[in-house]
Amino acid sequence: MENNNKKTHPHKFVLWVGIGSILMMFAGLTSAYIVKRNQANWQTFNLPVAFWYSTAIVLASSFTIMLALRSFKERAMSKYRALMVATMLLGAMFVILQIVGFQQLWQKGITLQGNVSYSFLYVIVGLHALHVVGGVIALVVMSSMAFSRKKRNYSIVPVELMSTYWHFVDILWIYLLIFLIMIK
Amino acid sequence: MSSAILHDAAVHGVEHHDAHHGEHHHTETFISKYVFSLDHKTISKQFLVTGIIWAIVGGLFSVIFRLQLGYPESTFPWLEDLLGHWAKGGKLQPEFYYALVTMHGTILVFFVLTAGLSGTFSNFLIPLQIGARDMASPLLNCMSYWFFFLASIIMAASLFVQTGPASGGWTIYPPLSALGDASSGSKIGMDLWLVSMAMFIVSSLLGGLNYITTVLNMRTKGMSMTRMPLTIWAFFFTAVLGVLSFPVLLSGAILLLFDRNLGTSFFLSDIVIAGKILPNEGGSAILFQHLFWFLGHPEVYIILLPAMGMSSEILSINSRKPIFGYMAMVGSMFAITVLAFLVWAHHMFVTGLNPFLGAVFVLLTLLIAIPSAIKVFNWLTTLWRANIRFTPAMMFAIGFVSLFISGGLTGIFLGNSSLDIHLHDTYFVIAHFHIVMGVASFFGMFAGVYHWFPKMFGRYLNNTLAYIHFWVTIVGAYCIFWPMHYEGFAGMPRRYYDYSNWESFKMFGGLNEFISFVSLIVFAAQLLFVMNFFYSIWKGRKVTTLNPWNANTLEWTTPIRPGHGNWPGEIPEVHRWAYDYAREGKNGEDFIPQDVPVGEEEEKH
Repeated sequence: MENNNKKTHPHKFVLWVGIGSILMMFAGLTSAYIVKRNQANWQTFNLPVAFWYSTAIVLASSFTIMLALRSFKERAMSKYRALMVATMLLGAMFVILQIVGFQQLWQKGITLQGNVSYSFLYVIVGLHALHVVGGVIALVVMSSMAFSRKKRNYSIVPVELMSTYWHFVDILWIYLLIFLIMIK
Repeated sequence: MSSAILHDAAVHGVEHHDAHHGEHHHTETFISKYVFSLDHKTISKQFLVTGIIWAIVGGLFSVIFRLQLGYPESTFPWLEDLLGHWAKGGKLQPEFYYALVTMHGTILVFFVLTAGLSGTFSNFLIPLQIGARDMASPLLNCMSYWFFFLASIIMAASLFVQTGPASGGWTIYPPLSALGDASSGSKIGMDLWLVSMAMFIVSSLLGGLNYITTVLNMRTKGMSMTRMPLTIWAFFFTAVLGVLSFPVLLSGAILLLFDRNLGTSFFLSDIVIAGKILPNEGGSAILFQHLFWFLGHPEVYIILLPAMGMSSEILSINSRKPIFGYMAMVGSMFAITVLAFLVWAHHMFVTGLNPFLGAVFVLLTLLIAIPSAIKVFNWLTTLWRANIRFTPAMMFAIGFVSLFISGGLTGIFLGNSSLDIHLHDTYFVIAHFHIVMGVASFFGMFAGVYHWFPKMFGRYLNNTLAYIHFWVTIVGAYCIFWPMHYEGFAGMPRRYYDYSNWESFKMFGGLNEFISFVSLIVFAAQLLFVMNFFYSIWKGRKVTTLNPWNANTLEWTTPIRPGHGNWPGEIPEVHRWAYDYAREGKNGEDFIPQDVPVGEEEEKH
C-alpha cells in the first residue's frame, strides 16, 4: 500500500491529459494562424489596451487561488472561502475585460468579418475566454459548496484540480498574448 | 518498470466505494443501472448497441447508392416509398446520392468504427484486463456515452431536414461545405453535421482521457506495463491519438462554423457563385485540409489499432501459442502512433503542395510499412505451426490479417506522390481504404464481439450463423473491393453519380453491377449477424465455465456475470505476462493464467 501515496490521483491525471488536449486545439489554431500569416493579404494591428488590464487581473487571480490552496491546507476555511470568491470575481472581471477589448477593436474597424487576421484574433481569444468561463463556473460551484453548512469537504483533490486548471488558463493566456504580440 | 507497478486502486475515494460491490449491492433503479449507468461494462454495451444501429443505417446507405451505381438505368419504386422526393419515380436524385455517400462515410468512420469499436472495447476490456474495479472517472465515462448519444441524435435529425443532410463528402472540404448556396446539402444539414461532430469530439475526448488515465494509473498489483495484454496497449495508443488529434479537428470545425454563420473568411477567397461575387477575401481552402487531415490521418489508426490489438490477443489464444515478438508488437504500435501524426499531407499531394515537402511526406508515409510489416510478420509467425482452434473469433482475426496485408500493400502505391497523381480520387483509393481500414477494422470488431460476447452477456453466439457470416463477409468483401482496383487503375474517379454515359468507363458497367449485387448479399449477411447478436443476448447457449476459451487474461477470473466492481473479493494479483500458452499448467492444461504465481522451476518473465 505504501507506494500508493506517491502516485498521482487519477482525477488529476485526467486533468493533465485534458490540458494536453486543450493545448492541441490551440496549437491547431495558432499553427493555422502562422500558415495564414505567410500568405498574401495579412494585416497587422495593435492589441487593445483592455488586454493589458485583463492580463494583470488574471495574474492576480492566479495569486489568489494559490493562497486559497495554501489556506485550505492550513484549514483556514474562512480565508479559503474569501480567496475563492476573490478568484471567481477576478476571473469574471477578466472575461468582461476581454469583451471590452473586443469592443475597442470593433470601434477601430477591426471587426470579426474583416481581414482574416482580425477573425483569428476573435476566435483564439474568444475560445480562451470560454475556457476561463468554464473555470469561473467551477469556482462558483466550489465556493457555494464551501459556504454550505450541510456539506463539509475536507478533500484537497478538488481544490488542487481547480488551482491546476486555473494556473493553466492563466499561463495559456500569457502564451497567447506573447504569441499575438510577437507574430502579427 | 517495477517502480511503476501499481497496487489495486482501493485507496481512492471513488474506488473505495466500489470495492465493496459484489458483496452487497446498494439499491439500483432501472435508470441508474441501464440508462445513466456508471458501470464500464454497461457503458460499453451502450456503445456497442448504438454502434450496431448506426452500422445498419450506414450499411443500408451504401446499398442504396450501390443500386444507383450498379443499375443506373433501372428504377426502384420502393425507393420512393422509403426516401420520398429524394428518389422521385424510383430514381435516386443526384443531390441525395451525394448525401448518402457523405453520411455513409461519416457514420462508418466516426460513429461505428470510432465510437462503436474503441468505445465498446476500451470500456469493456481496460478495467477487466488490467484488474481495476472501474474507470478512473466513471462519471466522465458515462458523460462520454451520453455526448455520443447526443451527437447521434443530431446527426440522425440531419437526415430528415428538408434540404437533406451534409453532402460535401465526409471530409467536408470548403468552399463547398462553407456556402449554403453551393448545394442543398450545404445548408442546415451541414450545420447539424458540424454541431454533431463537435459533440462527438467531446465524447471521444472524455473517453480518451479516461482510457489513458485508467491504463497508467489503475493497474492491479503486479500488472507492469510490459505485462499488459496487447489489447490494452492498442487501446492506450488509440486514446493518445484521439486526445491529441481530435481537438485539431474541433478547431477546424469551429472556424468552418464561423465561416458559415458569422461571415468570416478563414477558408474562403475569390468565389463567384451563381454569377454573384462573394465579399470573402483572403481565406485558404487548403488550410482546412491541413486541419482536417491532421486529425483525419490519425483517425485511420484510431480505427485500426483496436482491431490490431484484439486480433493479436485472439490469434495468440486460439493458436495456443505465445504471441510472437511481444515487445516488437508494442514498439511497432508506438511507431505507428508517432508516424500517424507526421503523414497527413499524403492526402494532399495534388493540392499544389511543395514537391520537396511532398517528398518528405512520401518518405514518412512509406516508413509506416516497417511497423506494419513487423506486425504482419509476428501474426504469421504466431500462426506458424500452431495448434489452431478455428473459433468464429479466430476466423475473423485471421481474416483481419489477410485484409490488412492486401489493403496495406496498395497503400505503398498510394503513398508515392508521383503515382498518386494518377490514382488520386479514383476507385483505387476507395478499394485501398475500405479494405485496410474499413473491412479490416470491422473484422477486428467482429472478432472481438465473438470472443468477448460470453463475458459481456454470459451466453454464446450461434456458431453456425457465425461461420456463414464469416465466409460470406470475407468472400464478399474481396469480390466488392478487388475489382475496384482495376477501375481505379483505369482512372475511374470516385464520387460520380453515373458512369454509363462516359466513353472511358462505360465498359465497367457489368463490373459495377457485380459489385452492387455482392454488396447486397454482404449486407444481408450482416443482418444475420445482428439477428444472431440480439437473439443470443437472451436465448443463446449459456456459459457454464469461467474461462471458456482457456485464456490467460484477468477478465476470465471474474464471475460469469460480473457485477459493478468486477471481482466480488479482492482483485487478483498478476505474476506473469498474458501469453503463457503452450506451457504446462497446474492441471495439465496448456496455459497458465496471469494470476498464477511463478513456480520455482520457472524462469521469470
